[in-house]
Amino acid sequence: MARFATFAHGIHPPQYKADTCGLPIRQFPFAPVLAVPLLQHTGKPALPVVREGQEVVRGQCIARPDGNMSVAMHAPASGVVERIALVPGIAGRMVPGVYLRPHPGSTQETATGTPCDLVTASSADIIAAIQQAGIVGLGGAAFPTHVKLQVPADKRVDTLVLNGVECEPWLTTDHRMMLEQPADIITGIRYLLKACGAERAMPVSVGVMQVKYPQGAEKMLVKALLGREIPSGGLPLAVGVVVINVATAAEIGRLLPHGQGIQERVITITGPAIEKKGNYRIPIGTPLRFALETVGVTPDVGQVFLGGPMMGQSLPSLDIPITKGTSGFVAYRGEELTGGRREYPCIHCGYCVDACPLFLNPSKLGLLALNGDIDTMAQDYHLRDCFECGACSYVCPAHIPLVQRFRAAKVQLRKRKSSP
Amino acid sequence: MTALRKTLAIESSPHLASGASVDIIMRNVVYALLPVCAFAVYVFGLAALLCLLVALCACVLTEHGLCRVTGRPSTVGDWSVVITGLLYGLTLPPGLPLWMVACGGAIGVALAKFLFGGLGYNAFNPALVGRAFLQAAFPGAMTTWHPALAPDRFATLPSSTLTFPFARPEYDGLTAATPLAQMKFDQVATPVPDLLLGFTGGSLGETGAVLILLGGAWLVARRMMNWRIPAAIFATVALFSTACHWLDPGRYPGAVFMLLSGGLMLGAVFMATDMVASPITHAGAVIYGVLIGVLVMVIRLWGGMPEGMMYAILLANAVSPHIDQLLRPRVFGSRRRGGTA
Repeated sequence: MARFATFAHGIHPPQYKADTCGLPIRQFPFAPVLAVPLLQHTGKPALPVVREGQEVVRGQCIARPDGNMSVAMHAPASGVVERIALVPGIAGRMVPGVYLRPHPGSTQETATGTPCDLVTASSADIIAAIQQAGIVGLGGAAFPTHVKLQVPADKRVDTLVLNGVECEPWLTTDHRMMLEQPADIITGIRYLLKACGAERAMPVSVGVMQVKYPQGAEKMLVKALLGREIPSGGLPLAVGVVVINVATAAEIGRLLPHGQGIQERVITITGPAIEKKGNYRIPIGTPLRFALETVGVTPDVGQVFLGGPMMGQSLPSLDIPITKGTSGFVAYRGEELTGGRREYPCIHCGYCVDACPLFLNPSKLGLLALNGDIDTMAQDYHLRDCFECGACSYVCPAHIPLVQRFRAAKVQLRKRKSSP
Repeated sequence: MTALRKTLAIESSPHLASGASVDIIMRNVVYALLPVCAFAVYVFGLAALLCLLVALCACVLTEHGLCRVTGRPSTVGDWSVVITGLLYGLTLPPGLPLWMVACGGAIGVALAKFLFGGLGYNAFNPALVGRAFLQAAFPGAMTTWHPALAPDRFATLPSSTLTFPFARPEYDGLTAATPLAQMKFDQVATPVPDLLLGFTGGSLGETGAVLILLGGAWLVARRMMNWRIPAAIFATVALFSTACHWLDPGRYPGAVFMLLSGGLMLGAVFMATDMVASPITHAGAVIYGVLIGVLVMVIRLWGGMPEGMMYAILLANAVSPHIDQLLRPRVFGSRRRGGTA
């Protein structure tokens, strides 16, 4: 058997992908009202360029980027702008947004704009077009893609890595995109290579990796594929690499030739509590409640996660809209929760030490967190390196909420830094 | 849609768990110990059975009682004290007066486990602390051994077993020397098959190397034991004793004898591997094992006592946190080992 590339440590959670990996991407219906947040990415909210009561066409730009750390937004449906007001965000906070009521009788044709020609466009043109198309990392982080491609003058990029690992259990969006949109992905790669100046990296090769979690994390992926170690606190750029999610590349390849922007995305709606599991192309701004009602939920639903079950967030409310960073929803029944298990003291079994892909010592970090010794956690035990993949909590036989403790400690660290 | 008006639960990620649990790990160690206990009863008869039962009850009741007295929920349900009880019983000589068995168990659990904060916080192996207390308090009784496979072992008890508390135990003359003592003081070697199968004098669990290794292998296969610790101990002892034997075969026994005699097997497989008191990293585990191997050889060959496994493990327990402190693995993406990047 061939030995596939991988990284050291990591875990093997059950995959649960069989339910949806064979289901083709289907178009999702329009909700009666779409709530489009103007902050769906890391950075500053976009500025609306429409007014209340205005008629918009599907695909029309409704908000322009506010500075470099911002991207444009496009109308997910032809309809009328009902209100420009706050919409509920994922973190429980309200963010500025646009409420849009789609016309029921509209054919919902997508508007086209000025195409970005692959042959004539310069690197800067492509980067500007990507920002104007509202493209952010579709893997979940929602970091503005054009910012990743702005290579500083003193840095060189020799390799572009497309991340199609999708190591979270349940999710199958990247998998379906790779099966159904290979031409878009190749076109996307052409744009991306030209944008970041990594043309030397042609021809394209496909690396196959062992099934292991968290293989999709940038640090683990670059290490497994290229043997390069991204330095602590650094970006892939530090080792000459740009990592782009495969769905993001597919959207670039699909949208840029027509001058269009992201107004919908592919998500996996799945989990034991979902009746019609599947991969759907869903308009941005579709309220989660509408999405769940459309696919059907069992009466004993107990928990809904945004993203996968390893790093995904439990949702406090079903009124939040689907955003560009939403790779899927997983709904669990009540009795399947991990909560309520008895917590034991740490017995130093070392399972977490063997699981941590960054070679941290979660056992020691957990004990330090219990004592509130955040300084030692940060200075001697590399707390800031932890990207909260959850491998340690997953394997812990004492059921200690390690990631939760680390997250709380990081918040305190940030607070301490910001206060004089 | 009534379902969507339900209250949803919120918790921190990750939302999946492997299903591993402390009580499952502890229970599996108990299962691995049961054949060893059964064999001890077969070899030493009623005295061994009573000794194990009293040791187990003393440890479990002490922990339960202390939890009750201090107003905490009882921690007996995590099964760790059952391991302590069985292991402690296995380190004792078969005819030890039962009141001494109870005393040592209570002191081991109370001093070495409960006072330190219970499971997860004990710096030393509680079973060995209990035994160390008995060794210091009753050196005579702790070094009087009964022969293995005595014909009347299931019918009668040694006269010493039921000694009244604080009375001098009486021995009926039918005592035996352990292979290590025979070697140390009389230069008589016990045949290897007897050592391997456990038909020798000694503590309850000093016999039956095969069953101990099988139990250990089962735990290693279930990822509930760090195999590097016993492997490092075995390798160190084998190398050390082979070198000594080569220098002076008359005085120093060979590797096979050293590995199979005394408490080395039981200690290396079941006590040195106590997760709480051993290092957490792989490199640390190897160093810890080598340290135990060297210490036990030094005590056996040049110390005043024939056996040194107990003190070797207790000393290594004390060093274990420092091994972890010094041997922090290099964090991904940082240049130096341990410390700040």
